[in-house]
Amino acid sequence: MAEKPIQEEKKVFMTGNEVIAWAALAAGADIMYGYPITPQNEIMHYWTRLAPKYGKKFLQTEDELSAGFTTLGGVLAGRKSFSATAGPGTTLFQEPLSMAEMMRIPAVVIIQQRGGPSTATVIYSQQEVNMVTYGGNGEGWRVVYSTATHQELYDYTIKSFNTAWKYRFPTFVLGDGYQAKMREPLVMYNPEDRGIEMVDPVASVGLPGIPGKDRSAVHLRNTYSVEEELYDATMPIQEDYDRMAKEVVEWDERNIDDADVVIISHGVVSRAAIAAMNRLRDKGIKVGYFRPITLRPFPDEQLRKVAEKCSNFVLVESALGQLARLVKAALFNMPIEKFDAVYKPGVGITAEELVERIENALK
Amino acid sequence: MAENLAMPKSWNVETKPHKFCPGCGHGLVLKVLGEVIDELGIQDRMVFGVDIGCSLLAWDFFNVDTVQTHHGRTNPVMVGIKRANPDLLPIAYMGDGGGYAIGSQHLVNSAFRNEKIMAIVVNNVNYGMTGGQMSPTTLPGQKTETSPYGRDPEETGNPTLGPEMVAAIASPGAYVARATVSNMKQLKRYMKKAVENLIAGNGFSFLEVISSCPTNWRTNAKQTWAFMEEDMAKYFKTGELRTPDESKEG
Ligand SMILES: Cc1ncc(C[n+]2csc(CCOP(=O)(O)OP(=O)(O)O)c2C)c(N)n1
Ligand code: SF4
Ligand SMILES: [Mg+2]
Repeated sequence: MAEKPIQEEKKVFMTGNEVIAWAALAAGADIMYGYPITPQNEIMHYWTRLAPKYGKKFLQTEDELSAGFTTLGGVLAGRKSFSATAGPGTTLFQEPLSMAEMMRIPAVVIIQQRGGPSTATVIYSQQEVNMVTYGGNGEGWRVVYSTATHQELYDYTIKSFNTAWKYRFPTFVLGDGYQAKMREPLVMYNPEDRGIEMVDPVASVGLPGIPGKDRSAVHLRNTYSVEEELYDATMPIQEDYDRMAKEVVEWDERNIDDADVVIISHGVVSRAAIAAMNRLRDKGIKVGYFRPITLRPFPDEQLRKVAEKCSNFVLVESALGQLARLVKAALFNMPIEKFDAVYKPGVGITAEELVERIENALK
Repeated sequence: MAENLAMPKSWNVETKPHKFCPGCGHGLVLKVLGEVIDELGIQDRMVFGVDIGCSLLAWDFFNVDTVQTHHGRTNPVMVGIKRANPDLLPIAYMGDGGGYAIGSQHLVNSAFRNEKIMAIVVNNVNYGMTGGQMSPTTLPGQKTETSPYGRDPEETGNPTLGPEMVAAIASPGAYVARATVSNMKQLKRYMKKAVENLIAGNGFSFLEVISSCPTNWRTNAKQTWAFMEEDMAKYFKTGELRTPDESKEG
């Protein structure tokens, strides 16, 4: 038995992609399947260097369709399997992920968002929100954690394996090229040492015994003959999803109680939002902050509670309204004082511009 | 020809009679596969992967763990299983559309990487499940729903020669053959050798089977057989193209 990748808690300073490779090891991932695309490449680079030392495996596939479907195969064989992609690769991943939703296959996929549409930039965006939350020909039966810091990349990569295997929905960690490539300090740890119980994987196929004799054969399908049969198969999945949603939904909110204006953001942009809030508070402007951490399931109720206290919103994202669509759906039918938006598709957002924007709006 | 009429033990009797059309070749291929599963005793280690196409109807055909995948994606799912748990014996089962059109990149790269899985392509020279459109293997001049005046190779190229392509790129240890449901003894021999190669873990095992689709061909029993034994046989030669010890049966 290879020794544990992380022996004791340690402070490190590294890029986000390296963090994810270490976190996958710490989570007990067995195998990664992947296809090169910037800005996620270094996840594979670090994984292929680290994996053999700990008896783990890697397969470089012919494309992201294959990366997705081989990942599903790995899960069906009962191994903690994951992949990583971005941009056009995320597009190709929708097909395997829709199969995972239908057949309850707990695949874990890391998305490092790059500019879109099309090939666009290899650098950064928040433009894969639509696709990661509701892509594929289905109902969005996935869990999406949108991270903001390297510590979160570590924590939520570990958590994504547990969420996937506990609830059997495909699970995404949604980062971006900035998080992928920048260096930042964080603490790495062994999850068990912190009392985090890791959920063991279970095999769907290749169980012991002769099928039809010692046990029944496993027959897994995604095709149904008639409408009612499909309805009967899908409604329990939605019920499971709703039950799970209450347990996995996560958000962060600050300074809501006395707020005159609330900034809504997710992912790395929320760091600019926090900085802007603090600077404006120093100037006596009462700014609050709300950030969904799970984009699926979305913290609808939590956001509605915020809106009951303050509904003068400024929404900021590095996309043209992808987060806004989720937010507006959550706030449906509520009286809203103001909904200001800062949309910068594929471009970073600074605290300074938010400070200026909010100050001007309040003048 | 002495035909064994008994059901293979590995068949799931609860789902018989099966769901294929009368006269469909899929049933014959799966009968032979069932016999080979029995003879080689692999029911507990095999994982059967079925594509979308008429192969999907076999999702509960055997008492074997079975996964229905997406159109063209059965090879990568089986590859993923094998890479994660090399003790298992994954067999991907698909049509000519799944194998040579939408999933061709997966077939080519599984062969290139010499994946230790087995793939069976049932070649019925059309897209059976979707109602008889032209497929990569449709013969020159053959009428289908999307080549109503007959396939014109000038416009749409010539029929894909799957085993020849796989044989050309396969690595040592691979097994590559073409059989036909109109020669069940040969089919059985090749099927068994392909599965033996899978068990031995020598390399990629690939078997194309010339098969019938009377529903979309709109042929009676006699015409169906004649089309397979004459028209298809002229274009698609049966035989072994690669064997692990390079002793081919022509
Ligand atoms: C991505 C995708 N495209 C198209 C289809 C529709 N479709 C279902 S089966 C099929 C063709 C099947 O033909 P083949 O693979 O030759 O199998 P056969 O039915 O002839 O045995 C197609 C195009 C699909 N299910 N998925
Ligand atoms: S449509 Fe053709 S291939 Fe499909 S079951 Fe009927 S005869 Fe067989
Ligand atoms: Mg076909």
